[in-house]
Amino acid sequence: MPQVHLPDPEQLASRILRGERAAVAAGLNLLDNKLAEARNRSTRLLAALADGRSLNDGHLIGVTGPPGAGKSSLVAAMIREWRLSGRTVGVLAVDPSSRPELGGGALLGDRIRIKNSSHDEGLFIRSLANRNQLGGVAIEVWPMSWLLSACFDIVVIETVGVGQTEIDIAEIGDTVCYVAQPASGDTIQYLKSGIIEIPDIFAVNKCDLGAPARKTASEISRSAPRQDRRDDWDYPVCLVSATMNTGITPFHKHFDRHRKFLADAGLLDKLRIRHQSAWVVRLLKEEFGTFGLELIGGHAVIGEHLGKNQYNQFEEYERMRKHILSRFMSVNQPSSSTKKEHPDEQATV
Amino acid sequence: MVAARKNRDQPWLMRTYSGHSSAKASNALYRTNLAKGQTGLSVAFDLPTQTGYDADSPLARGEVGKVGVPISHIEDMDQLFDQIPLDQMNTSMTINATAAWLLSLYIGLAQRRGIDPKKLSGTTQNDIIKEYLSRGTYIYPPGPSMRLIADTITYTVKHVPKWNPTNVCSYHLQEAGASPVQELAYALCTAMAVLDRVKASGEIKPDEFPQVVERISFFVNAGIRFVEECCKLRAFGEMWDELTLARYKVEDPKLRRFRYGVQVNSLGLTEPQPENNVQRIVLEMLAVVLSKRARARAIQLPAWNEAMGLPRPWDQQWALRMQQVMAFETDLLEYADILDGSPVIAAKVSELIEGARREIENVEAQGGIIAAIESGYIKRELVGSHMNRLRAIESGDLKIIGVNCFQETAESPLTGGSDGAIMKTNPAAEREQIERLQAHRKSRNGDEVGAALQGLTDAAKSGDNIMPSSIRCAVAGVTTGEWGDSLRKVFGEFRPPTGIDIAIDSREVLGKRDQVTDLRARVASTGNAVGRPLKLLVGKPGLDGHSNGAEQVAVKARDVGFEVVYDGIRLTPQQIAQAAQEEGVHMVGLSILSGSHMELVESVLQELRLRDLANVPVIVGGIVPREDAEKLTALGVKAVYTPKDFNLNAIMEDMVNVIRESNGLARLASLH
Repeated sequence: MPQVHLPDPEQLASRILRGERAAVAAGLNLLDNKLAEARNRSTRLLAALADGRSLNDGHLIGVTGPPGAGKSSLVAAMIREWRLSGRTVGVLAVDPSSRPELGGGALLGDRIRIKNSSHDEGLFIRSLANRNQLGGVAIEVWPMSWLLSACFDIVVIETVGVGQTEIDIAEIGDTVCYVAQPASGDTIQYLKSGIIEIPDIFAVNKCDLGAPARKTASEISRSAPRQDRRDDWDYPVCLVSATMNTGITPFHKHFDRHRKFLADAGLLDKLRIRHQSAWVVRLLKEEFGTFGLELIGGHAVIGEHLGKNQYNQFEEYERMRKHILSRFMSVNQPSSSTKKEHPDEQATV
Repeated sequence: MVAARKNRDQPWLMRTYSGHSSAKASNALYRTNLAKGQTGLSVAFDLPTQTGYDADSPLARGEVGKVGVPISHIEDMDQLFDQIPLDQMNTSMTINATAAWLLSLYIGLAQRRGIDPKKLSGTTQNDIIKEYLSRGTYIYPPGPSMRLIADTITYTVKHVPKWNPTNVCSYHLQEAGASPVQELAYALCTAMAVLDRVKASGEIKPDEFPQVVERISFFVNAGIRFVEECCKLRAFGEMWDELTLARYKVEDPKLRRFRYGVQVNSLGLTEPQPENNVQRIVLEMLAVVLSKRARARAIQLPAWNEAMGLPRPWDQQWALRMQQVMAFETDLLEYADILDGSPVIAAKVSELIEGARREIENVEAQGGIIAAIESGYIKRELVGSHMNRLRAIESGDLKIIGVNCFQETAESPLTGGSDGAIMKTNPAAEREQIERLQAHRKSRNGDEVGAALQGLTDAAKSGDNIMPSSIRCAVAGVTTGEWGDSLRKVFGEFRPPTGIDIAIDSREVLGKRDQVTDLRARVASTGNAVGRPLKLLVGKPGLDGHSNGAEQVAVKARDVGFEVVYDGIRLTPQQIAQAAQEEGVHMVGLSILSGSHMELVESVLQELRLRDLANVPVIVGGIVPREDAEKLTALGVKAVYTPKDFNLNAIMEDMVNVIRESNGLARLASLH
């Protein structure tokens, strides 16, 4: 048997809340772990972290955009600004995995692009592979971002968006930023796809290119303000250059402004509760399919359950999961109950 | 017995790439080598000098005097050339990001000795473009780097006219995996980028431009396929002639000559049966001397034991004697070009030229070499070529004697000695260099240093040529770290734009598919057993920028299913341990080729222990002598891979087992 040393979740939570880096790392490892015992402890960890914490703390920021737009360089420039103003930053950088039939591995290269050359205790970067999940953001990202927000002022989630599948990032960030590449077909695709609904802030990077960057910015500006958007938010479009370090300060100010807008309008906690619920539903659906959801009454009933325990939906999730599992047991053969747990590795070796 | 004919051609310049420990020790070595008949010097600098750090910088720890000589200020330079007349010497310096600085120290020293800089002859490598692709000793972003190259060219053309200010390097492209066609194409694209940049600077009058073209020289590699390599050099000559006429309108054919120096292939030298490297080196030299029209101007040969560690003086002497036998004993230099008129050679040359032309058009269509580097195109092409080579070695399609065939060997009397047949650098060198540096800082005139550095900063900002203010700095006693830092503040530091997010068609590069499929199953099942996919951190501690090995391991690990955090080069042990913690990896892979493995690995292990990560297994790859490998294992390193471990599938298999053991799982039986 493997000797997997799983930490005590309640102790871990208090260490995380004190900002101990080793505990943060161990917590993220636990949330990523699919062993049955690890899953139980993850739920306890999240419950302990949620306990007594306001849903109005911190700032979760999603950054997405096509490959090559310079997201990592821009994130690095933003981090410099936050660190200069004394705020701590946690980063989840998501890169694509290769296809499962090609081994499912991943090269995670964002860390090298984001980090500073000097040692910084106020910055924590975890790279993740998206593990072939359709939405582009690994299922682990939501609880991980929640954990990071327990000890860092700012949490940035960076993902590659190819233009049509960034829906997930809308279910994570309080503020979503789209980084556009000037004169690139990706942006046009993006505008056409209707996902223009999602971002709150737009950055057109590489503005040192001049005219193409201005053209892209004006195309986005024309499309961004739509009637069905939230009132009172102006959806800024910023010209920036991460490598030349131009336009960063004004761009950066929009993040604080957007967070204040959400808080003043009373939207922040509502948004996060909605994100948590979406995560629970997605997780259950990924594991059990539509049929599984129907077994416990479908979306309506799930929504009702989640509404009962708004501030700790992780616990609610585990309860529903066990419920579905027990229903499966009575409907199906036990052996086909789930693809997520791997109690036996011998079969594949 | 026929006496040698009188009208023999002049032989090429004979050098040996050397330097270690300190300026004093290197000077002694140089004078011995010159006494043995070497006709030029080739200076190897240590990594702090190459990357613009002083010996007492935290990043320099363990690296001082390792891969070359440490030069921190003009007194070091003076000691390095003690009793060597600068006006009679031809000195080649393998220096890139700090080339303008080392050249300034050399010129400053000449001025101090009352020698007219117009009499100095030699070469600064100064090809920073290839540093982004292969060697990794860049400091500044491409824009300022191109400017530094252009500044040294325009300065030397006017003030040090016998100097070769830049040596466009196809050498390192081949080490990074380039095929002959890629070597031709990318080297010529680099030369065009440099010349275009000089032209655009407006500092050179149009009628003086042919002199600039004439000063561009090349540094070329020659591999074991010596017929093809010889054709490559003929192709280089033809293409350069054509390009300089068509693009730069150089009318005088003498100024269009393709001038190059050579170090023959180090990539193909083997650790098993190292004596076979002797015949490899000789055959590789044949490629660059055989054809008179395409003969090298200067040659330096590696030593037979380079894959094992630092060569001793006797090993270097053997390499020099190979050149002398070729030049003075054989009849090679008595003939005109012996390949002219051969239809086989002509056809091969045309084939290479056509291929290179297509690739040049391809790069130009992407906006030139700098754009193609920034987009990651060239790196992808090179890594793809290199992986194909490795696959061919693994499958046995590419035969390497003593490695993947004819492995049986009697015990070698060459490697049996108590020194392990390699040289050890002086362990006190770092401390002594630091003491010397700190004493120097106290002895110089602080006001002069401050004023000189201000002048340097002003020139960097204003766009004035960097050389006059750098020479002033050299004479004032400024240090290498101060020069490097002043420009870092103005130019910023380069960060690799794309890391190695290389999308290679996996089927093409994976090696034997059945083994890979098995490996993927093992990686997946071990991940399941520990609860999450196996995650690996790959990084290079210290200043050594040779990242090819680390990148191949990273790409291969990705292909068999690892989630790989590639953290790049120039990392402190503290940064590596912090990354291991933040990323939650199951294994840390370190790659070190500079010889600093003992100090650096020990520090990484210590930093991991400080973070309660002693249970995360560490593996090491690089040029590590066996004795050191045993010491590293005793310190707690789980595996050491050296050039003899060429089979990446076997390394992957071993890595999975190391992770299994560290997690209390049973090892899996061998796949072979």
